[in-house]
Amino acid sequence: MEKILEVKGILKIYPNGVIANKDVSVDIEKNTIHAIVGENGAGKTTLMKVIFGITQPQEGEVFYKGEKINLKSPHDAIEIGIGMVHQHLMLAPDLTTAENMVLGIEPLRGKIFLNIDKAFEVTKKVSQDYGFDIPIDKKIKDLPIGIRQRVEILKALFRNAELLILDEPTTFLTPQEIDVLFNTLKDLKNHGKTIIFISHKLKEVKQIADRITVMSDAKIVTTKEASELTEHDIAYLMVGRDISFERISPPEKMGKPLLSVQNISYINDENVKLLNNVSFDIRESEILGLAGVEGNGQSELIKIITGLLKASEGNIYIKGESIKGLSPRVIREMGIAHIPEDRMGYGVADKTSLEENFIVDRYYKSPFSKIFRLIWKYITNHSRKLIEQFKILTLSSKTTVSSLSGGNIQKVVVARELSSEHEILIAAQPTRGIDVGSEEHVHNLLKNTRDAGKAIFLISADLDEILKLSTRIIVIYNGEIVAEFTDVPKISGKYLGPYMLGVKKQEAAVG
Amino acid sequence: MSPLLRSILSPEFGFAVLRVMTPLLFAALGVAISEMAGSINIALEGIMLVSAFTGVVVSAYTGSLVIALLAGLIAGIILAAMLGYFHLKLKADIILAAIALNMFASGITIFLTFIFAHDKGTTSSLRSLVFPDIHIPVIKSIPILGEILSGHNILTYGALLAVALYYIIIFKTPLGLRIRAVGQNPDAAESVGIDVNRIKLYALLLSGFFGAFGGLYLAMGYVSWFARDMTAGRGFIAIAITTLGGYLPIGTFLASLLFGTVNALAIYIASLQIPSEFVSLIPYLVTVIVLAVYSVQARRKKARKPTKAKEAV
Amino acid sequence: MDKFILKYFNLIRTIIAVAIGITISVFIIYVMSETPGLTLRTFLLGPFLSKSRVANIIESASPVIFCGLAIAVAFQAEQFNIGAEGALFIGATVGTAFAVSTHLPIFIHIPLTLLVAGIVGACWSFIPGILKAKWEASELISSLMLNYVAYFLGLYLINYHFRDKGAGYLVSYKLPETAWLNQFIGGTRIHWGIILSLTFAFLVYYFLYHTTLGYEIRTTGFNLRFAKFGGINVFKIIILSQVISGFIAGLGGMTEVMGIHRRFNWQLSPGYGWDGIVVAIIGRNHPLLIIVASLFLSYLSIGGQVLNLLTDIPSEIIVVIQSIIILLITAEAFLSQWKYRITVREAAKKEVAYEPTS
Repeated sequence: MEKILEVKGILKIYPNGVIANKDVSVDIEKNTIHAIVGENGAGKTTLMKVIFGITQPQEGEVFYKGEKINLKSPHDAIEIGIGMVHQHLMLAPDLTTAENMVLGIEPLRGKIFLNIDKAFEVTKKVSQDYGFDIPIDKKIKDLPIGIRQRVEILKALFRNAELLILDEPTTFLTPQEIDVLFNTLKDLKNHGKTIIFISHKLKEVKQIADRITVMSDAKIVTTKEASELTEHDIAYLMVGRDISFERISPPEKMGKPLLSVQNISYINDENVKLLNNVSFDIRESEILGLAGVEGNGQSELIKIITGLLKASEGNIYIKGESIKGLSPRVIREMGIAHIPEDRMGYGVADKTSLEENFIVDRYYKSPFSKIFRLIWKYITNHSRKLIEQFKILTLSSKTTVSSLSGGNIQKVVVARELSSEHEILIAAQPTRGIDVGSEEHVHNLLKNTRDAGKAIFLISADLDEILKLSTRIIVIYNGEIVAEFTDVPKISGKYLGPYMLGVKKQEAAVG
Repeated sequence: MSPLLRSILSPEFGFAVLRVMTPLLFAALGVAISEMAGSINIALEGIMLVSAFTGVVVSAYTGSLVIALLAGLIAGIILAAMLGYFHLKLKADIILAAIALNMFASGITIFLTFIFAHDKGTTSSLRSLVFPDIHIPVIKSIPILGEILSGHNILTYGALLAVALYYIIIFKTPLGLRIRAVGQNPDAAESVGIDVNRIKLYALLLSGFFGAFGGLYLAMGYVSWFARDMTAGRGFIAIAITTLGGYLPIGTFLASLLFGTVNALAIYIASLQIPSEFVSLIPYLVTVIVLAVYSVQARRKKARKPTKAKEAV
Repeated sequence: MDKFILKYFNLIRTIIAVAIGITISVFIIYVMSETPGLTLRTFLLGPFLSKSRVANIIESASPVIFCGLAIAVAFQAEQFNIGAEGALFIGATVGTAFAVSTHLPIFIHIPLTLLVAGIVGACWSFIPGILKAKWEASELISSLMLNYVAYFLGLYLINYHFRDKGAGYLVSYKLPETAWLNQFIGGTRIHWGIILSLTFAFLVYYFLYHTTLGYEIRTTGFNLRFAKFGGINVFKIIILSQVISGFIAGLGGMTEVMGIHRRFNWQLSPGYGWDGIVVAIIGRNHPLLIIVASLFLSYLSIGGQVLNLLTDIPSEIIVVIQSIIILLITAEAFLSQWKYRITVREAAKKEVAYEPTS
């Protein structure tokens, strides 16, 4: 079989030291649908960025139609016939389909004017060529997501793409739209196109792909014909690698529930239900792990618990008291601490000092301030203690946060939250993007916090982290809790995988 | 019928509306086109000032209206280019940079007024040319309508044509398409190989182009001299106008017409026994009120959406 | 050396910007003036050549300090309220109205008049504040427009109700002596207002950096989402920062009336609010640096006035210098390459002594 793309020995290390691709080699055969699957952080996206010219690897080569290519930008990729459909679509919302289609390569009338008729014509032609049924004179914002995506695909085809990369294309689609998309992709294959399909969703991958590559931990695990793999095989390959870490010992005993989430649902501005009847309790000395692929409602759940977002339905109780309608400050005072997933967005004010970042939740309390006066002497001492205790690498407590490394910035956040008076800790992606040493450190801190009798809600896209720390695990998929595991030491990624990926669901999954 | 009402219902009032609307409309088009590309341009005040000044001085020294026009346009565009350079290339905050350029324009025009006309207030000692008034043959003879529409300064008709020009640039040229795309989703534009900063710069230059006409009209149509800070906040009012008009050609035109009417009304009620200060503050007060009402409406619209979503469940 | 540059980078950058601004103006003067040597000497040294001119620098710095502080408080909360000019004008007119129509002992009259002016300024700035906090209306536009409204409203008040018809032009009645801020250095017009402005600079410094509310204001400005996350009521802060801004500006305007003119005599809006923006930017919104920046600006403008008086160059040259300085200071990329190269050099030095963690 003819190979359209060969990737050989890619090594990509990001400036922060994270190895995203290591010795990655894969062949894409012409005229196939090739799925690439893997957990968050397995390296799929980086590989696609390399292929599409968004980023350049340190080592390795890419061959397109047998010729070695050296892409400097996506524009280069488009030139030679590689197209990409991003998860967040690259369309101008107030322009029509036809306008988006010709953007950058506009047909002219009389040398200066935009020939809109011609734009319509070519759009119509290319959509007919590929059997796409799309309204060409409607604005993008008035079209449903599924159609918008077809516009995006057509945009790539219009630019003569022969190899199409689709990054998580089904994330925002309804089941019906997914069916349409898959038929489209099969059609395209019949037209001689090659498709790389990146996904978490194994059912879909099995349904559509001819060949499947599984990635894990920045490396390729295997590439096989789809027919040779079952869904369970894939899930196992993705997450079922040997456990390379020691689980922390379970708590001696657990106390009464501190946080109780009851029947929480959330519907966003676009009328999409992102959380559906979510319920669970977390008890003293318990770490409840929330496993799940990112974007399944975790962010909204965290914001609702911490008062940054209002639930559409349901209620949350802290030590038996409802938090309905309370401000983030009051909720914090009731005993919640929060390590946010978006470190730079919510976790720190990076243009100011460590000291000021340490006190955002406590500056108004004694002894940080008296009546209205900030007691800087105390704050500085307090900050120095935190810097020492949490081993934060910084010149001084007055250093600006932005000059710290990612790992140390995270430690600033962790130090603040763990040093707050709390009984419940919401820890979202607590070790994302930080080095191994810091990660270990944060894990120990979480364990100590648990042993001090606190309740921890651990949300992480890193399955190893969940398995290592959790006393109990629940799995979220599509805004619903689909499984609960109490006997954590006995389970491994391969048990969780199918639930996280929507392949399986426990019948009575409740907290 | 009261004398005031009578004079407001007279054709002269309609005529006055178009007259005072002219600089506002030019400035608003300038704001709108840069806003289309996603950058807020509050430097129209400065752009109009330098153009107005340049036009007057060049016309006085060359005696040529065409050269004055070109010089005025170039001056306005240069100021816009400076904004583009500092904002796009040197990464200055566009608002602060524009405030600085407005100051610059105000200072340099007064400075040069003194150098050229030996007066810090106006250039009335220079003999500035003015753009001619035009009587439109057929329309002129239509009763009422003719009195409203005919006999204006050529730049007033120019302003109306500028609306059409704005429409054509934005909706009928590849540049316009790119400007819109850059304003709506710069990533999308970039993903098809468009140089986002360059498009933003072009939009700013066009902003200078439209604004320059506004300045030229003020000094060489509305009156026949340059006076210090003669723009009197029109460049800022233009921002409120475009917000109201949704940056679209017709919307911007109608919103300018509204503000033109308010300004003309202010002039007319001066005939009543109302303190002139009240009359003068009307346009600005109305701008605040319009902005407030608009924002409340926009906010309500936004707030309505989730409620609807809840009901749907 | 590198370390020194990095540590004081912002200061050095500001100084370079100032130097460029002055160089350009020197160039302009050189080209424009028929007696460039004299003109330059007059411009740069003139302000120091007599006691009264040095005093002028200090006098005229006072309202600029007030307005710089006003702007800085709003800017620190990342609110683009540039309505100091309007708050100052309306505060000063209503304050004047209050002062001329009341008869009180001096130790009540002065503070009460200042308070009235401050409160009026605060109420004035409340309008853009509430519009922004509640409905997300641009505080930039509303505060700008309100500057004009304040100007005309203030003029109306003086013209129709408190105009001294005995004077040949539009001025208010003279303030009763119980509402005067005394001049305390003989032969100059330096009055207690300058002491008050310095006091305010320290107060605002203390407020911003040593009180909980100041912390809330700055944190909201640094990162609004972070402030919300930490439990700060950002709605309150958005309004309050602008109200405080208006208060300072209003009060500052009144000191000028009470200390220099002793009656309201501004025919045009005096422009201190705009100078306030300039010094806030040069002083990076820091109250104590704003004092320095105001004195510098004041020096420039006295230089400009002397220039106006003695040479063929108009004083507006200084507005040109100011705008060039601001443009350079706000341009993030200005000298950023230089800083980057030094940072890399420093980092390379450290690398050697540094063990990689993974």
